[in-house]
Amino acid sequence: MPANLKLLQTSTFRLAATYLAVFAVSVGLVLGYVYWNTGLLLERQLEDTIEAEVQGLAEQYRTRGVGGLIETVERRSAQDSNSVYLLTNIRGARLAGNLQGLPPEATKGKSGWVEFSYAVVTVRGPQQHQARAFHVTLADGARLVVGRDVEERRKLAQIIRRTLFWALGLTLVLGVGGGLWMSRNFLTRVDAMTSTARSIMKGELSRRVALSGSGDELDRLAVSLNDMLDQIERLMGGMREVSSNVAHDLRTPLTRLRARLEGAIRSGNPDEQREALTETLEDADRLLQTFNALLSIARTEAGQAREGLAPMEIAPLIEEMAELYGPSAEEQGGTLTVQTAEGAHLHADRQLLAQALANLIDNALKYGAGPDGKPDITVAAAVDNGHVILSVSDHGPGIAEPDRARVLERFVRLDASRSKPGSGLGLSLVAGIVKLHQGQIALEDNAPGLTVKLILPRQLQGG
Amino acid sequence: MRILVIEDDREQAGWLIKGLHESGHVADHAADGEEGLTLARENVHDVLVVDRMLPRLDGLSVVRTLRAEGMRAPVLILSALSDVDEKVKGLRAGGDDYLAKPYAFSELLARIEGLTRRTSPEPQQTKLEACGLVMDLLARTVTRGGIDIPLQPREFKLLEYLMRNAGHVVTRTMLLENVWDYHFDPQTNVIDVHISRLRSKIDKGFEGEPLLQTVRGAGYSIRAR
Repeated sequence: MPANLKLLQTSTFRLAATYLAVFAVSVGLVLGYVYWNTGLLLERQLEDTIEAEVQGLAEQYRTRGVGGLIETVERRSAQDSNSVYLLTNIRGARLAGNLQGLPPEATKGKSGWVEFSYAVVTVRGPQQHQARAFHVTLADGARLVVGRDVEERRKLAQIIRRTLFWALGLTLVLGVGGGLWMSRNFLTRVDAMTSTARSIMKGELSRRVALSGSGDELDRLAVSLNDMLDQIERLMGGMREVSSNVAHDLRTPLTRLRARLEGAIRSGNPDEQREALTETLEDADRLLQTFNALLSIARTEAGQAREGLAPMEIAPLIEEMAELYGPSAEEQGGTLTVQTAEGAHLHADRQLLAQALANLIDNALKYGAGPDGKPDITVAAAVDNGHVILSVSDHGPGIAEPDRARVLERFVRLDASRSKPGSGLGLSLVAGIVKLHQGQIALEDNAPGLTVKLILPRQLQGG
Repeated sequence: MRILVIEDDREQAGWLIKGLHESGHVADHAADGEEGLTLARENVHDVLVVDRMLPRLDGLSVVRTLRAEGMRAPVLILSALSDVDEKVKGLRAGGDDYLAKPYAFSELLARIEGLTRRTSPEPQQTKLEACGLVMDLLARTVTRGGIDIPLQPREFKLLEYLMRNAGHVVTRTMLLENVWDYHFDPQTNVIDVHISRLRSKIDKGFEGEPLLQTVRGAGYSIRAR
């Protein structure tokens, strides 16, 4: 698109042009009305004066006759250079006055208003002036014309009209020019944003929109955009980390699986092959479990499982989970104790909460054994200020403060040896489920051991 | 049993049909929704296995249409969507069971066989029996060879489910779903611990082959005879 055309299409220019048009039309209407009304007023004043004078002269004619009238007209003609007078006899011959002859317009009818031009001699020589006059036919057929020279007024009106025209013209030129200038300013800044966006799309994720420092609406928009870009960069970073973790964590079992199959093909012993295939199947099942866990996390984080949310009582769920996992704890010589708040209700997905508790208890069984190697686990529910707090505590080594936020991420496992089975996804799924319930997850010191608290609102916001 | 498999992926369908043949069943195959509808209307199949995503007519519509026409045969829906709400949608459309892909064949087989048992009309049973193990559903007692075996309520429920499916494999997922009503993936050996407790009560100290057997890579089974 040509640059000029782009300038004309900016919203700033369109706004300026619209405003300018409205402004010009309204100013033109107001001034035009004032001009027209003033002209009307001046004309009426003129006509009133002339009518009064004609009446006075007609009175003189009645009382003093033609002779008196001639005398008065001659005197006034000589006194006032701004007035025009003419008195003729019935045949149209001039008797008195400063007009040389009867203007052709004044011969029609008995009386009326006429406008005509007449010759005057000024210091700059003979000129044609405009006059407005009233003509009347007297009793004996004589004609009287009384008027004023309106040349000055005509010139003034012309000057005013010209001034108005130029003022409007100048307003339009300045307005269009100013609009273009403002649009160009605006366009420059928008173009800067666009080019930043383009380079970000090309992969320069660290680029940010420059601020003008004025704190205006464009700056505010730029600040929001930059915040959004920060968030996107963070998420992308997280995703990149997850993908590399996925790649790393899946490569190990896949390599093992492949090696086992290769060994089985080479061995040729049917019993060994059968054994290898069975083990491979178990490996494949574990891989599938990992994928399913990843999918579940993605779906809970995307909030797609919200349909399952319903009012439920927490105590039965806790007791059932304790009943399900109690034998596993006892198997290891430990205990699973329940502290439940009777009658505590909340809005939640029973299946997902069960899954979250299962993952937490599972972790406690795996990592929460005390120095004697026996896991003593407490599953508790408490009500606090519109929240239900579910907690799973153990007496194991706990998690050091700096690692607490990290273990919520996908594939993060603190035992570097990875001697215990697990995918490193359990707590990530718990965090996702808590987020879906608009709650918070807190990892605390159980002195000794770890307490994981799920702080869930009893009523969800926004459906 | 005659089973109709409606599945568009040739390889998966072939693998499934081969497995069903090897397990002693007869299987027919339809590769899209409309063909599936036509074959199902012949009304000769004992069980339908329907994939959710099908060309021409999707799986849920096939099931809905067949149910509206009064078809009674049990339907197992297969889907790559594993969420609980997806499962509910499948069951609402008229499916009897739902299995998320990827699945183990043993799981599928166990569920298909479970479906036909569930639908075969049986007189109201008050007693279950398997190899001398007797469960009285009214008195809530279990005896083996006349010896009383005290069980916790959950253990009773677990054994009841196993005995109703005696002679067939039930998977850990099926147990968690039917005995505890939880639909997540049991990542650990939590079910195995319950089974081993039950086993110590019903098998320990009794003569002969144990009744409660582990089927490697699949699940558990109570011997029928």
